[in-house]
Amino acid sequence: MKMLHTELHEIETAAELEKLIAENENVMVCCGRMGPMCIPVYGVMEELQEERTDVKFAVMAFDSPEAGIIRNNDACRGFMGLPFTMYYKSGKVAHATSSIQNMQQVTAILDKQFSTSNVENA
Amino acid sequence: MDEIFDVIIVGGGAAGLTAGIYSSRARLSTLILNEGAIGGQMVLTEEIANYPGVEKTSGYLLASTMKNQARQFGCKIKSNLKIKTYDLEGEIKSLVLEDGREFRSRSVILSPGGRPRPLQIPGEEQFKGTGISYCATCDGEFFTGKEVIVVGGGNSALEEAVALTSHAAKVTVVHQFDHFQAFQHAVDQAKTNPKIEFIMESELRSFSGNGVLKEVSIEHLPTGKTTSKSIDGVFIFAGYVPNTAGLEGIITLTERKEIIVDSEMKTSLPGVFAAGDCIPKRYRQVTTAVADGTIAALSVAEFLRN
Repeated sequence: MKMLHTELHEIETAAELEKLIAENENVMVCCGRMGPMCIPVYGVMEELQEERTDVKFAVMAFDSPEAGIIRNNDACRGFMGLPFTMYYKSGKVAHATSSIQNMQQVTAILDKQFSTSNVENA
Repeated sequence: MDEIFDVIIVGGGAAGLTAGIYSSRARLSTLILNEGAIGGQMVLTEEIANYPGVEKTSGYLLASTMKNQARQFGCKIKSNLKIKTYDLEGEIKSLVLEDGREFRSRSVILSPGGRPRPLQIPGEEQFKGTGISYCATCDGEFFTGKEVIVVGGGNSALEEAVALTSHAAKVTVVHQFDHFQAFQHAVDQAKTNPKIEFIMESELRSFSGNGVLKEVSIEHLPTGKTTSKSIDGVFIFAGYVPNTAGLEGIITLTERKEIIVDSEMKTSLPGVFAAGDCIPKRYRQVTTAVADGTIAALSVAEFLRN
C-alpha cells in the first residue's frame, strides 16, 4: 500500500528496490514520511526527475517493514534524522545522507556520484 | 526570455501562492519563482486545525491545493532555483537566476518567507542528521531513552521540548535570556514536566563528536564561562530569519532585515510589493500570510491599471 503522497514512484517492497537498482545505473531513493524534513527533499526530486533522465528517482515509506533494507543499511549507521536518502550507482550504495537536503546539495551529490567520469564507484 | 509578465512573485509559500491565485485569476500573466520547495514554512506543519473552513489538514496538502488552484488559473510556477540579481527600479523589473536565465515583469511581489535561524557555530552542518535536528516530530524517536538539548525559548522550543519527553530520558532547554518568549501556558507545561531542565542565559558554542554528535560546549553569557556537556542530540528552535539577503541595498529593510511595507503591501520601490513572513509583523500564521498575499495581488492589479 502506498503511504507517500508525492509525484514520485513509490517503492513498496525490498525486492522492488533491489530490482530497480539492478536494472538502472543511477538511482536515488528518499526513504521518509510525509513530514517537514522529508517533503522538501521530495520536492527537489520531483523537479529533478524532469531534467535528470540519467537518474531513476523513487521514494519509500520509512515506516514500511520493507524499508528495513534502507534503515538497516551500513551506510545509514548513526543516522538520526529523516529522511534517509540513498544514492545507488551500478547496484551499490554510492552515497547516503540523513535529514533535509536542498536542491544545491542534492545536485552536488548527483553530479559527483553519477558523473560518467566518476571512477571511484564505476 | 522575451515574455514580460504582469507580475513575478518571489516565493511559493502561503503568501506567494495566494498572490498567484488572485493575480492569475485577475487575468494578469503571473510567474512564481520559488527558491525552495513549494509551500514554504506551511509544509513544515504536520497538522493545521485552525485554517477557517478546513476542519483539519496537513500543511503539505494545503500547499498542494493552493499550488493547483494557482496553476488552474494560469499561474506559472518554477521552484528549487536561485535568484542571483534583482533589478527592481525601472518600469520593467528584471530577475536573473544563477543559471543565467532572466525573467522580466511590470511588477514584483516579494514573498520569500523565512527559514529556521541556524546557530552558525562549528559542527552544526557536520552533525545535521547525526545528532542535530530541527524537527522533534520527525526525529524524536531516534532519541528514545537518550538525553537531548532543545535550543530556544519561544513557543516552538518549549512545545517541542515537552513533546520530546515522550521519547527522551531527559531534555535540557538552553536559552539565551533569563525569561522565555513563549506563551505562559507553554512555559507552565515545560516547567512542570519532571523530565525537563533549564539552562538559562546561555548559548551553545560548538558541537563535537566522532561520526555522531557526542558533546556540546555551552557558554554562560553573564560570566563568559564555557562548559562541556555530553549529549546524544540537539534540537534547534532558535526562531526564523527572513530570506531577504539578496535584497539588501535594493529595497528598504528593517534592522531585522524585514521588508518595510505600507497597508497596501507597497515597498519603497514603485511596482514592488511584499507579503508574508518577510515583512514586519507580530503574528506569523498561514492565515496572515494568505491575507498579505491577497492584499499584495489586489494592489498589483490596481498599480497596473494606473
